[in-house]
Amino acid sequence: MILLELFITFFRIGLFTFGGGYAMLPLVQEAVVKKGWMTNEQIVDFIAVSESTPGPFAINISTYVGNETGGIIGGICATLGVVLPSFIVILIVAKCFDKFRKSKAVEGCMTGLKPAVIGMIGSAVVSIGLTVFFPSGLTTAVFTGISFYVSLAIFAAALFFTLKKKISPIIIIASSAVIGIIAGFALNL
Amino acid sequence: MEKKENKKLELFLTFLKIGAFTFGGGYAMIPLIQKEVCENKKWLTDDDILEIVAIAESTPGPIAINSATFVGYRTAGILGAMCATLGVVLPSFLIITIISMVLREFSSYRAVKYAFFGIRAGVLALIIKALISMYKKCTKNIFSYCIAAAAFVFAAFTDINAVFIIIGCAVAGLIYFFTTANKAKEASK
Repeated sequence: MILLELFITFFRIGLFTFGGGYAMLPLVQEAVVKKGWMTNEQIVDFIAVSESTPGPFAINISTYVGNETGGIIGGICATLGVVLPSFIVILIVAKCFDKFRKSKAVEGCMTGLKPAVIGMIGSAVVSIGLTVFFPSGLTTAVFTGISFYVSLAIFAAALFFTLKKKISPIIIIASSAVIGIIAGFALNL
Repeated sequence: MEKKENKKLELFLTFLKIGAFTFGGGYAMIPLIQKEVCENKKWLTDDDILEIVAIAESTPGPIAINSATFVGYRTAGILGAMCATLGVVLPSFLIITIISMVLREFSSYRAVKYAFFGIRAGVLALIIKALISMYKKCTKNIFSYCIAAAAFVFAAFTDINAVFIIIGCAVAGLIYFFTTANKAKEASK
């Protein structure tokens, strides 16, 4: 039953994701956290894994969630689910290529979809930000805890290096890990 | 007949290579596809690739899957599409399956916990960077801002399913697109 649920969940995610990269994130987050398959924290951890391994985020995350909830067969079901909508839609589009290219309806939908994806990723960023900085919820005690300031410092440095210096994501992740380990042992977090 | 079989195998191997060597997925894959498919194999032209990117952006699903399916179909029909898609998915699938086993083994170590503590803050910066580059590519007008804001509010503060937010924004885009098109027509009269 879990296998069918994995397949259907990821089929739906694949069908309603427009645009590459993190466009899938809000949908994955909603479905996977709500079903109790993964926590927000685990999703963030997995994004790091996905950025440091080859292949598209969509395939990586569906394989991972499938594996964690339903073993290797679960991984196959989730991945098949996320791939199938694209596959079918592209085969249809390829057949009536010119009609699709010139379609005013498609252009109209896209004027709404592009900004919508940005807004939804924005919402995902806020909820992920909350779990990163306030892992045990929003209390005043958070601001006196040292780990909050370590997180904030790593975040600020990573943001600077990725935006201004165009450092590759893998280097950002590796350095964040090293700083996390050093700070963790040094300050006994 | 033998030649056709070869082409399918070649499609599979080419996309296997592309899947195994793309970090970051989606758009990062486009230059690789262009190099392999246009320059090396001469299956398609550069113009075809541009069209494929445009199609991949306006159809659901990850860009990597969309492009692989499309190139495979153009080159060798439905079976070609299957071979190319399987090729692009397989490396991620295998790597992530192995990693998910390893992660489970190591996640209780203190050093690993600290590493992920650091990584979470770094990943947040990476997602924000992706969000900024999507914003730069999006049309900037009042309609876009309203849709992005509405999608953000509905995703962050309500329980409305992400799928309905996406459908709603697509419909809003359609209505906006056709009303502005009509107004422009009347103005030109």
